Amino acid sequence: MLGEPAHSPGIISGYGFGAGCYNKTIRLPLQGHPLIALSQIHKSYRVDGRDIPALNGIDLTVAAGEIFGIIGHSGAGKSTLIRLINLLERPSAGSIRIDGADITALDGAGLRSLRQQVGMIFQHFNLLGSKTVARNIAFPLEIAGQLGRAEIDARVDELLELVGLAEHKHKYPSQLSGGQKQRVGIARALANRPKVLLCDEATSALDPQTTQSVLQLLAKINRELNLTIVLITHEMDVIRSICDRVAVIDGGKIVEMGPVTQVFLYPQHPTTQRFVSEAEHIDETAQAEAFAHVPGKVVRMTFIGETTYEGFLGNAAREFGIDFSILSGRIERIKDTPCGQMLLAFTGCEAALAAAFAQFRSRGIDIEELR
Amino acid sequence: MDLSFLSDIDWPEIGTASIDTLLMLGGSLLFTVLLGLPLGIVLFLTSKGQLLANTALNRALGLVVNVLRSIPFIILLIALMPVTEFITGTRIGLLGMIPPLVIGAAPFLARLVETALREVEHGVIEAAQAMGASTRQILCGVLLPESLGGLLAGITVTAITLVSYTAMAGLVGGGGLGDLSIRYGYYRYQTEIMMVTIVLLLVLVQILQMAGDKLVQHFSRK
Repeated sequence: MLGEPAHSPGIISGYGFGAGCYNKTIRLPLQGHPLIALSQIHKSYRVDGRDIPALNGIDLTVAAGEIFGIIGHSGAGKSTLIRLINLLERPSAGSIRIDGADITALDGAGLRSLRQQVGMIFQHFNLLGSKTVARNIAFPLEIAGQLGRAEIDARVDELLELVGLAEHKHKYPSQLSGGQKQRVGIARALANRPKVLLCDEATSALDPQTTQSVLQLLAKINRELNLTIVLITHEMDVIRSICDRVAVIDGGKIVEMGPVTQVFLYPQHPTTQRFVSEAEHIDETAQAEAFAHVPGKVVRMTFIGETTYEGFLGNAAREFGIDFSILSGRIERIKDTPCGQMLLAFTGCEAALAAAFAQFRSRGIDIEELR
Repeated sequence: MDLSFLSDIDWPEIGTASIDTLLMLGGSLLFTVLLGLPLGIVLFLTSKGQLLANTALNRALGLVVNVLRSIPFIILLIALMPVTEFITGTRIGLLGMIPPLVIGAAPFLARLVETALREVEHGVIEAAQAMGASTRQILCGVLLPESLGGLLAGITVTAITLVSYTAMAGLVGGGGLGDLSIRYGYYRYQTEIMMVTIVLLLVLVQILQMAGDKLVQHFSRK
């Protein structure tokens, strides 16, 4: 922990499974206390006299200061899940704690004060078309009713600066681009200095470039304000760009949860595997056929952290007299962590290969022999 | 073109009638808005899935509104006479016309208000809820400002409806341009007076529509 910048969100381990698998070069977790805790959440909707279940026993903990992503296909229940955190939806059963306090029983003034501490942004921005940018951002401050006019104006200017929209202060939402609208949404959600920011498909209506700039803004806010962010999305790219941990939801259940690097590199559940292969444009079965004729031992190597940039393959080739060919692979950064996964075919004598693999493993590289 | 008939017309009487019509319109529009706007808001807020969802109240109010709207105004005008007398002390004249005009037009405006509020995107209401806004804050800060264009359009349509209602008021001694055209144009066959009142009513409706459109345009930001 020493030497870590205090604002670094880090990657929080210890909440998901599989957290122990990681390489020590990954930044240590910021020991954020559990800020949001959902336990045994069930939610069903009554449609035509029948109960349609939407969530089936969700257990989830979000640590203070992390960016927690929830990914699922439409209809998986993710939208319901995020709306539980500010009680836009009420659970049919189970408890939701924020900062240790159970919120499920809140009503009236208590509920309104909770909501002022939980900011939310939306897929379709949901700005007030009749108000200017500045008045949109001022609105939650007016609702809270704690600040005077001058203080509200000062706070609005501060927020406009933060999201980079100072020059658009007096425009109406209809005069802004999608990315700018979402920035107004973010400024508005941050106005009351919330503990948590909920993002409901916040980038799904934006083009890829704008998506990245909005995501980078969210990452910056997380870093600079140490604000906890919970987001839902159906795009793995969003998760990969900014999340520390991810939960994969399918059929109203969390089917996989853990640090993003872990889930990305070692997806366990079929749904997760599908999300990852869609994001990476890889199709393992097609690959297996394509490489059937390649000689040698086919191996999947996974590396996380700074090893990604070390010349371990060349070293091993020279030291052990083996050879390799790269069949497919990707080197990337997941949030701030470099990592890679490659499919290689090694040729050489058994003993040399075994020695090389042992060396890779000793350096924290994961080797999976496929053939 | 022979315009000599214009000099035969009793212009001062037309002036008085015009002013009466305007007074009836202004007075009834004021009270129609005061009654119809809250009624429309309650109809909206108590409907299914809204902030104050209350099926029983919503159905009861909806029934009252539908009943009042299904009675032709001319019949409502006569049927309401005892009520009018109870409220204003008279059954005739300007004052006697305002209660039936309001009771006839307010349910109509209420439905238009309800429709205008329904046009506000649910997501925007949800965003305000997520900020911790109370129902009153959502109403005053979101629903009314966001639907202002629609509300003004509704009030314009109601004002024009009220113009035709005021003309019917002439049948039961309400005064105004309608009264004039019935008395002179219908009973005395003075077609030219009828023509003048028609032109005046047409101009009035045109002005109302144009003013309404201008206001709607000015307050709509989308």
